[in-house]
Amino acid sequence: MNGGKQYIDLYRESREIIMQHSASLMNAVRDEAFGCFERIGFPSRKVERYKYTDVEKAFAPDYGLNLTRIDIPVNPQDVFKCDVPNLSTQLFFMENDAFYKGNQRSVLSEDGVIITSLKKAADKYSDIVGKYYSKLADVTSDSITALNTAFAQDGLFVYVPRNVQLKRPVQIVNILRSGVDMMVNRRVLIVLEEGADATFLFCDHAMDNVHFLTTQVIEVFVADNAHADIYELEETHTKCKRFSNLYIKTGGYCTVSHNNITLFNGLTRNTTDVILDGEYSELTLNGCVVADKKQYVDNNTLIDHRKPNCTSNELYKYVVDESAVGAFAGRILVQKDAQHTVSQETNANLCVTKEARVYTQPMLEIYADDVKCAHGSTIGLLDESALFYMQQRGISAEEARMLLKFAFVGQVIEQVKLEPLRDRLQRLVEKRFRGELNKCIGCAICK
Amino acid sequence: MLEVRNLHACINGKEILKGVDLTIKDGEIHALMGTNGAGKSTLSNVIVGHPSYEVTAGSITFNGQNLLEMKPEERAHAGIFLSFQQPVEIPGVSMVNFMRAAVNARHKALGEEQMKSTDFLKLMREKRKFVEIDNKLINRSVNEGFSGGEKKRNEIFQMAMLEPKFCILDETDSGLDVDALRIVAEGFNKLRTKETSAMVITHYQRLLDYIRPDVVHVLLDGRIVKTGGAELAQEIENRGFDWIKEEVTE
Repeated sequence: MNGGKQYIDLYRESREIIMQHSASLMNAVRDEAFGCFERIGFPSRKVERYKYTDVEKAFAPDYGLNLTRIDIPVNPQDVFKCDVPNLSTQLFFMENDAFYKGNQRSVLSEDGVIITSLKKAADKYSDIVGKYYSKLADVTSDSITALNTAFAQDGLFVYVPRNVQLKRPVQIVNILRSGVDMMVNRRVLIVLEEGADATFLFCDHAMDNVHFLTTQVIEVFVADNAHADIYELEETHTKCKRFSNLYIKTGGYCTVSHNNITLFNGLTRNTTDVILDGEYSELTLNGCVVADKKQYVDNNTLIDHRKPNCTSNELYKYVVDESAVGAFAGRILVQKDAQHTVSQETNANLCVTKEARVYTQPMLEIYADDVKCAHGSTIGLLDESALFYMQQRGISAEEARMLLKFAFVGQVIEQVKLEPLRDRLQRLVEKRFRGELNKCIGCAICK
Repeated sequence: MLEVRNLHACINGKEILKGVDLTIKDGEIHALMGTNGAGKSTLSNVIVGHPSYEVTAGSITFNGQNLLEMKPEERAHAGIFLSFQQPVEIPGVSMVNFMRAAVNARHKALGEEQMKSTDFLKLMREKRKFVEIDNKLINRSVNEGFSGGEKKRNEIFQMAMLEPKFCILDETDSGLDVDALRIVAEGFNKLRTKETSAMVITHYQRLLDYIRPDVVHVLLDGRIVKTGGAELAQEIENRGFDWIKEEVTE
């Protein structure tokens, strides 16, 4: 048992308040999750999956929690302008862990699509939520998931019924707001029924100059023949710590992609676990990290091939500058029955300075005998000869470095399917490399 | 245009140039010949400011400016262009973005307005005709997957885009077939103005059939040991360098 005492005490003291301000379906699993957290505590650096991130240290400071659900009297539209031009999305705001009350109608159409507060959904659509909530996110083995499940009171629920295709991407803007240092435990549940098709774009922003600690658990259920593209874009600030656990389970004949982009942050740990539980499904896991200053980004992924004839492609690229630290560990597990699996995992890293650090660990674990799998990772410096070549053509050393870094992560951005989003991301990444991103209009810190 | 005085330069502590003197006037073409390892590429790298080379003595002035105090990109803005012996591949950076960055940087340095995107693309279209370079190559990453000949053509294409005052062709003929050599050399000739000067580094007379030098220098062991007219290149083609070496030792 490591640390975590203040959270155990807090739960014991506040159990009633937490439950009072949440839904019974969410409360039903709370005590069990708390029991797990009490037993396993925060993982030490000896725990394989957390060996690069000091979790206990991140959770040690004293943060406030909004357990009594006091409203934040701010209109997110006033403080936040997400300008993805030409990208027509259905836009929803999350304020900390809560579905913003001013959001548009939460039930979208007669098609039966539901996008709403998880707390409300747990009461109103208890048959659906009850079937899926906390069924994928394993509280027994991961303490972040256990902690989140014990404390989460609200979040987002998305339901796309059978054979319904969402024409416009669903954009969720997660806004962190607080006058004091704050801990946020956000929960997301996404259910795609057979043949459903949806695209999600999650954007993380922090609007106040305080310390934020976020835990987030996202469960995504993708039934047979369904299609999901999920983009996550973190653009917060150096005082933000994010622990996000994403769980995806697919049926057969699914196409699922997840693209996780960390552009600006403090400390980030993303855990991505995907179970391919049907035949002929196709998974793409991509990620791109741009880190400098003392930023820290740790991506840990697991692709679990349980059934035959599935394909997975994974590509994570990091540009780590100044004193930043990047870590990547990706495990591909091919179970005994998962014959004819095709899997490719690549992690490539650019370490720009001597002070920057990158840890990388691609892993393949194969129990089937007829598969095609490959994995690899690289860590390199900027190509000096390319830099000089560009300078000889009149491009300044600084601009040349920017072009090379941009080209390096460009490979990930190019795979973004939505063209307006791709264009926007390209501009964002370029701005990021030019050092202009932390001066964005939405950012209260730099105003 | 270019004045090199008593230039000494070394790489990794080893002295390669041991006192080079060279004057190239406006509009002149100078050929630089010499055995492998004589210091020809070192001289061109020092002129463009390659960071691996250290100048230990001497000076280089370019149109009155002290080149040795300028960054590589500033030398480029001043009008110096090197056609690389081995052009570098830059995966992920498209030719269009690369050229746009280069052209914009030059405009900025000269205090001129940035080009409009449409004007820039028009310029690209016009200039690529000089070296008959395929549009497909322009849409790819810089030099990535280009054949040897395509890379050399691409160098001359970039020269056309940047309109330099002084060009160094570092073994631009190496690895080219006869047709490609003609296209590249004719491309260069079309780009020349009365003021454009050049230093052409080559081992062979062949390139000099197309690009007629006004002056031919022989560089041996870090020094220019012989200077003559175009006929000197022909003589080297026939007799090699040994007779020059003998002259020097006498």
